[in-house]
Amino acid sequence: MPAKATRAAFGEALLELGARDDRIVSVDADLSKSTMTVSFAKKYPERAFNVGIAEQNAIGIAAGLALAGKVPFVCSFACFLAGRFETIRISVAYTNANVKLVGTHAGIAIGEDGYSQMGLEDIACLRALPNIPIVQPADEHETKQAVAYAIEHDGPLYLRLTRQNMEPVCPPDSRFRLGRWLTLNAGVDVTLVGSGGPIANCVAAAKMLAADGISAEVVNASSIKPLDEETLVASAGRTGHIVTVEDHSIAGGLGGAVAELLSEVLPTPHKRLGVQGFGESGDPKSLYAKHGLDPAGIASSVRKFLNR
Amino acid sequence: MPDARLSSIARECRVQIIRMLTHAGSGHPGGSLSVIDLVVSIMFGRIRHDPARPNWPERDRLILSKGHAVPAMYAAMARAGYFPDERLLTLRKLGSSLQGHPDRTALPGIEAATGSLGQGLSISLGLALGFRLGDKPNRVYCILGDGEIQEGQVWEAAMAGPKLGQPAHGVGNLTVILDKNRVQLDDFVTKILDLEPVVQKWQAFGWPVIEIDGHDFDQIGKALDQAQAHTGGPTFIVAHTVKGKGVSFMENNPEWHGKAPKPAEAITAIRELLGVSTPAWDDYLAKDRATAAIVAELSALDKK
Ligand SMILES: Cc1ncc(C[n+]2csc(CCOP(=O)(O)OP(=O)(O)O)c2C)c(N)n1
Ligand SMILES: [Mg+2]
Repeated sequence: MPAKATRAAFGEALLELGARDDRIVSVDADLSKSTMTVSFAKKYPERAFNVGIAEQNAIGIAAGLALAGKVPFVCSFACFLAGRFETIRISVAYTNANVKLVGTHAGIAIGEDGYSQMGLEDIACLRALPNIPIVQPADEHETKQAVAYAIEHDGPLYLRLTRQNMEPVCPPDSRFRLGRWLTLNAGVDVTLVGSGGPIANCVAAAKMLAADGISAEVVNASSIKPLDEETLVASAGRTGHIVTVEDHSIAGGLGGAVAELLSEVLPTPHKRLGVQGFGESGDPKSLYAKHGLDPAGIASSVRKFLNR
Repeated sequence: MPDARLSSIARECRVQIIRMLTHAGSGHPGGSLSVIDLVVSIMFGRIRHDPARPNWPERDRLILSKGHAVPAMYAAMARAGYFPDERLLTLRKLGSSLQGHPDRTALPGIEAATGSLGQGLSISLGLALGFRLGDKPNRVYCILGDGEIQEGQVWEAAMAGPKLGQPAHGVGNLTVILDKNRVQLDDFVTKILDLEPVVQKWQAFGWPVIEIDGHDFDQIGKALDQAQAHTGGPTFIVAHTVKGKGVSFMENNPEWHGKAPKPAEAITAIRELLGVSTPAWDDYLAKDRATAAIVAELSALDKK
């Protein structure tokens, strides 16, 4: 499979699954060309609603549609959805409406548009709500499975997707399951818990580290809420060192969630890699390098962390 | 007001918008070209500001609420002397003060972070109210997009505007302009969520509304005068504009909302903006050395 943006895989999955399940509807806020619901909207115009640049109304309408028995996917940039936090909090979460929130353009990897368009705090915000699972698939294969899962899942769910192409990392026979992580590379010295944008860089970093005699385990934490406690604790117990890697604010994301869990269950030395401060404009590659999310940056953080 | 001066500045700015977006390789030409005549009218004919002292407390404020069109601001700011022209080529590059969307902390002269649509009018109300409370002379200008006004926060601000600070401190120092170019991101506004009747909506919320051609400097100037003369509260100007104005293949075309031209397209765009025909172009460039340099630089990009 060639590299593909997870938002593009989402668009294809929606089109395909929409054919089989007419409960599926889309709600967009003038970003349908970017969230990739556009082909679903072309095929099923009577089930696709573009309500204009009005995200909180979109979320509320989706909640209503869900209460009427539909399975709405409400889609925008991750920052603009999370920006309507209080609407999500009451209309979706507390109401327990079966709404699928789809936030695209996650992280600094969107590059040149700069901070205002980057989803960098969405995990932190939504993670605080008790009943919204958070899923960040790694590649095309996993995205398509996650979309299918989202439809089966009864209740709200947040899908976090990338603008950029994602190299395939999940084996074609792997199956997405909520609360389960896939081990992409077995290792004994350190565990890299990666999710989303930088996941392929984690695999590449593990290769670089192997050349230095460091054996790094890489797990794909596509289920950010719930975490895969079993896999995490087992791996942390084996390696004794955890490095979380994510294209999200260093505060409150996957790293925060992992730290919260391990500190209670199995306190383990932990290095969090993520975005420090506000994001900014720049080409995605340089931005990843600046924040140490490229293979070399991840590998060097690991060496420093292990004192090697 | 000498319109020839403003229209010549606006033409230069349009060329710079095309130039910087092409070097950046991404960005929003359509809404930058529709708004530039308004931005130039405000920055060169209207506001009291001093590019050498961008933090001068007495300055008037221009809030570009539709922040994705910030290349229009950058072009006008460079022309006004806030920073050297060469910096325009750093747009959207790592470490540049010319961020893809306005960043107040990165570039003096940018008055608020915008780029998440719908927030600029509320900030403008607060600024205007703050100045009125302090009996300060500062005026505030706010520019909105016509897709942008689908945001609920805009209508919360619309409800508040004419009432805010009354009776003693009504925000008569605020002028709001709608860049009504009829296009948003996905499509034409009428196809996504029709806003009409726009004028009556703002009037019903208590705003005096003036309608103008947003590319006619005379009409823009008169409307800004009229707004300034209305001291009891804020004024709303509906500027009818053309998205992509001045470049034939960008005009009224939603495709050009958010993508940068390729170098060859940029050169065609610049030729059109300068009103030169294809056969006359080489002779023209032989005389206009500055444009020739811009064109050479763009051609070099193509070879990269
Ligand atoms: C809150 C928010 N939602 C979505 C976007 C993405 N977006 C950027 S520009 C745009 C369309 C803006 O249309 P309009 O206001 O008409 O601007 P113009 O035509 O002047 O470019 C959209 C939806 C955004 N920047 N902010
Ligand atoms: Mg518009």
